[in-house]
Formats: sequence, structure tokens, C-alpha cells
Amino acid sequence: MIEFRQVSKTYPDGTAAVEDFSLTVPSHTTTVLLGSSGCGKTTLLRMVNRMVEPTAGSVRIDDVDVATVRPVALRRSIGYVMQNSGLMPHRRVVEDIATVPRLNGVPRAEARRRAMELMEVVGLDPQLARRHPGQLSGGQQQRVGVARALADDPNILLMDEPFGAVDPLVRLELQRELRRLQDDLRKTIVFVTHDIDEALALGDQIVVLRPGGRTAQVGTPRELVEAPADDFVSRFLGLGEGRRKLRAAPRPGGGQVVTDDAGRPLGVLDDADGGPSADAGE
Amino acid sequence: MTPLLEALDWVLTADSWTGPGGLGVRAGEHLLYSLLAVGLSALVALPAGLLIGHTGRGRGIAVVSTGVTRALPTLGVITLVALAAGIGLTAPMVAFIVLAVPSILAGAYSGVEAVDPQIVDAARAQGMSPVQVLLGVEVPLGMRLILGGVRLATLQVVATATLAAYVGAGGLGRPLFLGLRNYDYAMMLGASIVVILLAVVLDALFALGQRLLARRPGTA
Repeated sequence: MIEFRQVSKTYPDGTAAVEDFSLTVPSHTTTVLLGSSGCGKTTLLRMVNRMVEPTAGSVRIDDVDVATVRPVALRRSIGYVMQNSGLMPHRRVVEDIATVPRLNGVPRAEARRRAMELMEVVGLDPQLARRHPGQLSGGQQQRVGVARALADDPNILLMDEPFGAVDPLVRLELQRELRRLQDDLRKTIVFVTHDIDEALALGDQIVVLRPGGRTAQVGTPRELVEAPADDFVSRFLGLGEGRRKLRAAPRPGGGQVVTDDAGRPLGVLDDADGGPSADAGE
Repeated sequence: MTPLLEALDWVLTADSWTGPGGLGVRAGEHLLYSLLAVGLSALVALPAGLLIGHTGRGRGIAVVSTGVTRALPTLGVITLVALAAGIGLTAPMVAFIVLAVPSILAGAYSGVEAVDPQIVDAARAQGMSPVQVLLGVEVPLGMRLILGGVRLATLQVVATATLAAYVGAGGLGRPLFLGLRNYDYAMMLGASIVVILLAVVLDALFALGQRLLARRPGTA
């Protein structure tokens, strides 16, 4: 469990990135920090592994204040995935994935063996192991980034817009893979994004942030869509737009066709007899 | 014969190279002084420059002080130090170090600074210690610029090391000054040609090193 207790971050020039933010991130679930750029979501994420120090308040992991843990040791116990993969351009994929185990003193051969296993876990061809990141596609690089973050089996995974720089199709695929991984691994994930679809697709809990790191609403994806707290959340979710205003019309073969506000078909809704229910977002 | 041809003739004569004061010994001294000066400078300037690049602190002082020392005339420094330390290798060595340090320093900190901050950030976020970030990420990725500083310093020192002979310390400056005093232009020019050759060969070696580095992934 990660707890933010009334944390603030004010920079020396007086700008407040985060003000008096509190949140509990339950273990083994995915919490998405959702907001537009400059809302302080990355700042909050980076407080967990002390890449940013709060100017007030504390962040606690399982009731231990992170400020009492050495940053280097703390970071080695937490997986971190960043937007542009942050891979080491001078290292081979397998070496990069093995970084944290090596830092934690795992022998080279054992670390490599584990790195190769993880490549498989994240769906990477083992043949890519000896490549350098410059020789990989954007999607492959992000997979390497995820593998590297998972390499020493951390309990916590911090993901800072990890799929922000890949094209939409690859992004959907990576999101699907992350959900599959999370079903197996049950990590405590804090995921930062400005993409509402991504938040709805991945989050067990979503935190909608206003500028200044103030919470607009916390809830499950369903709660947010069903009962947005105010106009800001509603607008952010795009509930007022045609894209999320869906209509259903009876279909000749049974069930219903779901369309958006403009009448474009999105999917099929089966009758409520236990058949597969189409998830309108996909 | 033109002086240049005479000089070439002198350089290509075997007799010029042999003996205790021959070109062979002098070139050896010259190379030794140069490498010693660059080595000693690197010992100071590389760690200092890497530290400045890594921490971002002291950069202003480094820029100003390297600018000032670059403006110092080497001959003046030699004379000044020789007044205190006397005839011998000390004075020219100090002057060469003053000459070499700014280039090496500048190369080192700009090499580290040129590394993509996102990569450095990622390295820190994985839990690398500051030393591991510096030696494992910043130095290998900034190596080409760092080496470039040493290359520049070497070239400057080799070209200037003739001044060692000004205070009686030998090197290729010896035949150069001797030729100048005796109106033996063949000897003077010849010695210069050997200095140039030495500089060109060393520079080519560095160029080769940098080219090999450029082939390594990530070192743009």
C-alpha cells in the first residue's frame, strides 16, 4: 500500500506543482493518475521513489516513510517505466533488462538468465537480446522498459506515460499486454497518463487531477463515468462529447447495435443472457 | 636549393637522427614531455571536469578560469616560473599543464553535459548511485567529447613543447633554437617539420580512436 499524506511540492521560485495531496493506493491494484500536462501527476509519481522530494507531507510505503529509506536502495526496490523508454543506448537489451538485479548483487549469469525469461514474459523475441535500443521499434523499446522495471520482481511498478510515444495500434496492444501481465503478477501499479481511454482501460482506481495536483475525483472507472463529480471531470472524461454518448438500437439477429452520437457503429450488445457484453471503449 | 628542400634533406639524412643530440633523442624527449604534461593535466582536469559536468556546479568558474588561462602567453609563464624554479623541466612542464588543463576540462564537462538528460534520469530512477551514473552512463556516452578535449590538449602541447628548450630542457626545440642562433635554417625548419609530423601522427591516432568510438551504439 502506498499512501500520500498531505504532500506538497513547491519549487524555489514559488510555483506549486502539488498542493496538499492525499491518496491511498491499495496493494496489488492499478491506480491511474489522470490529468493534463502540468497537473503534477508525474511529480506525484516520482515522489514514490524519491526522484522528487515533497516540500511538505510524506509518502509511505507499507507504513514506512520513504524519506527514511536511502534513495538508491528505494529505487532498486521499485520498478520504473518512463515515456521514451529511457533505455541505455550503449547497452544491449539483455544487459539493460538485467540492470537492477545486477545493482542488487545478482551474479551476471543469473541476471542474464532472468532477463531472458522476462523478455519472454513481455512478449519480446529472444533474438532481440543482443540488439541495442536504437535497433528496436518504439513498441519493442517500451516492452524492454517494462521488462527492465520487472526484472528484480519489485512489488511496486511506477509507470510514467509509458505508452505515450507509440502509435495508437501498438499502444492498444501494449495496454492489453499490461492487463494480461497484471492479471498474473498483481503488482501495485501507479500509472500516469493524460489519455482518458488508457485510464479507463487500465485503472482499478482512477484519480482525476486538476492543475496543482488537486484531486478532482477518485473512483473506479465505472464510478467516474456513472457519476462524474463535477463539470471538470465530466469534461475531462469527454462525457459531453459525441464519442462517449452512446445509443443502442435493436439488431435484426437479436441484441443491440451500439453507436456513438454521430451514428457510427462501435459494437454489438448481446441480450443480457450471459453472452459476451461488448465493451464500448474497444 | 630552397630552404625547405634543404630542411627536408637534413631531416632525411641518417646522421641528423643519431647521436646524443640527434633528432631521434630530441623527438623522444619531445614526445615524453608532451605525454607527461597531458597525462598530469588529465589527472587533474578529467576528474574535475567530470564532476562539474555531473553536478552542474562550478561551471561558471570553470568557463571563466579556462578562458583566462587560455589567454596566458606560454612563453611568459615559462619565464615567470623559471625565475622561481630555475633552469630545467619544471618551468616548461608547469606552462604546458596550464595550456592543457582548460581543453581537457572543457571536453570533460561538455562531454558529460551532452548526454541526454532523460537517459541520466532513467539511470538514476533504476537505482544507480551517482558514481555508477557517472562511470556507467555519462562517461561512456560522452566519451567522444571527453576524448576530443584530450586530443586538443595533446595537439597544443606537442606544438608548444619546443619552448622547453628555451630554458635548456631539450626536446625538438633544441635543434630549432640552435638553428635559429646559427643561421642554420635547414636545421631550424627541419626540426619544425618533425614537430609537425609528430603532431599530425598523434592527432591521427586520436581521430582513429574517436572514429572507433563513434561506431559504438549510443555515442553519437
